[in-house]
Amino acid sequence: MSVLMILAGREFRDGLRNRWLAAATLVLLGLAIGLAFLGSAPVGHVGASALAVTVVSLASLTVFLLPLMALMLAFDAVVGEAERGTLLLLLSYPVRRWQVVAGKFLGHLALLAVATIVGYGAAGLAVALTAGVSQWQAFVVLVVSSVALGAVFLALGYLASTCVRERATAAGLAVGLWLVLVLLYDLVLLGALAATGGQGVVAVLFPWVLLANPADVFRLLNLSGFGEVRQFSGLAGLAGDQLVSPVVLVAALVAWVVVPLMLAALVFRRRAL
Amino acid sequence: MSAAVEMEGLVKRYGERAAVAGVTLSVAAGERLALLGHNGAGKTTLMKLMLGFVPSSAGRLMVLGEIPGDVTSPGRRAIGFLPEAVAFHDSLTGMELIAFYARLKGRPLHEGRALLERVGLAHAADRRVATYSKGMRQRLGLAQAMLGRPRLLLLDEPTSGLDPELRQGFYDIVRERAEDGAAVILSSHVLTELEERTDRIAIMDHGRLVAQGSLEELRAQAGLPVVVRARLADGQEVSLPVPPSAKLDTLRDVLARNPVDLSIAEPGLDDLYAHFLAGAQCPS
Repeated sequence: MSVLMILAGREFRDGLRNRWLAAATLVLLGLAIGLAFLGSAPVGHVGASALAVTVVSLASLTVFLLPLMALMLAFDAVVGEAERGTLLLLLSYPVRRWQVVAGKFLGHLALLAVATIVGYGAAGLAVALTAGVSQWQAFVVLVVSSVALGAVFLALGYLASTCVRERATAAGLAVGLWLVLVLLYDLVLLGALAATGGQGVVAVLFPWVLLANPADVFRLLNLSGFGEVRQFSGLAGLAGDQLVSPVVLVAALVAWVVVPLMLAALVFRRRAL
Repeated sequence: MSAAVEMEGLVKRYGERAAVAGVTLSVAAGERLALLGHNGAGKTTLMKLMLGFVPSSAGRLMVLGEIPGDVTSPGRRAIGFLPEAVAFHDSLTGMELIAFYARLKGRPLHEGRALLERVGLAHAADRRVATYSKGMRQRLGLAQAMLGRPRLLLLDEPTSGLDPELRQGFYDIVRERAEDGAAVILSSHVLTELEERTDRIAIMDHGRLVAQGSLEELRAQAGLPVVVRARLADGQEVSLPVPPSAKLDTLRDVLARNPVDLSIAEPGLDDLYAHFLAGAQCPS
């Protein structure tokens, strides 16, 4: 068995044992079912909405929730082991430092993926059974890109975890990352667009500025990718011009995983023990 | 046969501070060496150097015929390490943990199980490590260090927190490994327990080696007085501190006075330790 698989397996088992996986799956499942079946209650309609509507509500939920879940797993990954004293023993084994980062990352990613696929998948299945399976591709894209978004924030959390000496600092950094990328970024962007009246430099740079934030890449990928979804999400105007092609969006997400993770491995290699 | 560990003028500086300041020491296969010193004397740094966790600043260091640094080299694989205050992933059971470490070292699972049995944890193998006592964790730590029959065992403060009975069991295992040909380096600041349980003692202070040798050699070097105590027939008690060379003559004198009770107190490790540390601080 390869070193990566051994390390990933231990991390996964840890997540099973401390009930993280069960709790995360239940939360995602509960919220997904709730959104799917009660999401349109405010407009006087209770019951399963079409899969396309579910995709829109779930995507909005995912943008907030999955980064948070991923960061909570990741911020502790390296600095926590260093602080508890398990890292020194692990590194006395024939294990390279990048393997520690990559192996733990794979284990955490597997946890996140299982929770998302089972939680959202079950909700999607329930909707499909009651309201039909049109737009199922959009739903698959949603689940896969949710896992990818989780991977991005895992990687960012790992970077935070390798850069600091204390768990508390890493936790603070994680919260900061979440606030900035998930909440503040869009607010500032909206403000800038409104201030300039949608003209000038901001408007020209707009698509690239969106690519610079993984949460926005995720939004674009899900809310503008499919015709029907586009209508419900209110992004029809934005995406009608095909601002950025899906290939670029996927590439951006991949880069957002690979670059922070490689940086984390690099920083970890230089870390004094 | 070449030495398991050889260091010559080894230095490790952290900024201005020298954690290890020119240590020359070698340990042969099958030898048990105790590193003795206060916290911060450089014992743990020395182990980190031998494991290749930190690069040395100057001097020469060979561990099992290699310069430490490559984590997957055959030499590195033949080192067993028990860190100070060892910690584990508490949510796993003892068996799961030893299996995890066995896989990382490429050892069969039954070897892990056998080692758990050897350290007396077979009964607790299926319990989560979170429920283990300090002594049980320490024994689990020893079990993982012995995976793969290492040729060098590095044990950092291995007996802290063990009660006397467990400590005895611990040193029995150390002796077994040494008889099997492994070099064992253990650090401690519990002095008295080391007597008769290691072949050689190295005393460290502020990164320097202030003395090394067997207990007898250290006693001879220090020349600390032997104290002969006797209770005489008339009830009088005498206590005579004499140099080791005068021990027998003093005994004859005392015996000539027909004592009813007699005891000889050789200087213990504590006395030696205090002596060498005092010498290191104010060199004459």
